[in-house]
Amino acid sequence: MKNIITLLAGLFFGLGLIISGMTNPAKVIGFLDIAGLWDPSLIFVMIGGIAVAFVGFKFVQNKSQAIFGESIHLPGRSEISKELVIGSLLFGAGWALAGFCPGPALVALGAGYKEAFIFVIAMIVGMCIHDNLFKTCRIK
Amino acid sequence: MHLTIYWQNFTPVLSLLGGMLIGLAAAILVIVRGRIAGISGILGGLLGVGRSAMPHRLWRGVFLIGLIGSSFIYQFFAPLPQSDISASLGTLIVSGLLVGFGTRMGSGCTSGHGICGLSRLSIRSLIATISFIFSGFVICYLVRHTI
Repeated sequence: MKNIITLLAGLFFGLGLIISGMTNPAKVIGFLDIAGLWDPSLIFVMIGGIAVAFVGFKFVQNKSQAIFGESIHLPGRSEISKELVIGSLLFGAGWALAGFCPGPALVALGAGYKEAFIFVIAMIVGMCIHDNLFKTCRIK
Repeated sequence: MHLTIYWQNFTPVLSLLGGMLIGLAAAILVIVRGRIAGISGILGGLLGVGRSAMPHRLWRGVFLIGLIGSSFIYQFFAPLPQSDISASLGTLIVSGLLVGFGTRMGSGCTSGHGICGLSRLSIRSLIATISFIFSGFVICYLVRHTI
């Protein structure tokens, strides 16, 4: 049962990305290109997502277990590290170059775009390079 | 600087509704599995060979099957919107490497920090989100308006 619900959560996430227009890299670049014709739609995706997710996180805030008894894994760190900032700056640079971030790239891969396939392979290689260089694979 | 809105492409209602569906998925995942819907983290954890026990792999795989299969399901309701990808092969590879490396180093991407982190009021995620959007603005400007 919990895996069926997890499958549906992944499906909803992908449908949300498609409906919001975020699986189209040209639209994402339309947001990032503030000096061109600017498309602020991405801000509305974030507002809608945060508003609903906020309720979900409030619901589990003081709980120790999820509804099927699994423990709740929320990030506990609070320090602003240089890895956080440098990593995010590198991610933003890559995001702006092709207009893909991980979620939309996987959805576009599922839609059969060979460009998304190439991007996802390179992304996985990038993840492996990081984890092999720093040996800081944090899996909880 | 002067901002010019691209009204023909601006989709506030659909983007808000799609965003709410993304938020619903994140809420379901944390309530049902106690997990953060951060796509780079879910994919990275699935790939962490030998470091993650099978139960920690299964939910990741199942979630990603739903995500990747969403295009297929969408087609039963409406024609799938086009993805306009202008990047060259070289750009796709470089951007993929940067996104993979950067999201591992920065512990998250647009979903993990931008949606989940911000809705948890995490300062770390706020700093991360400001960093990747700022970097996105700068690199986009450099690539599209100076080179």
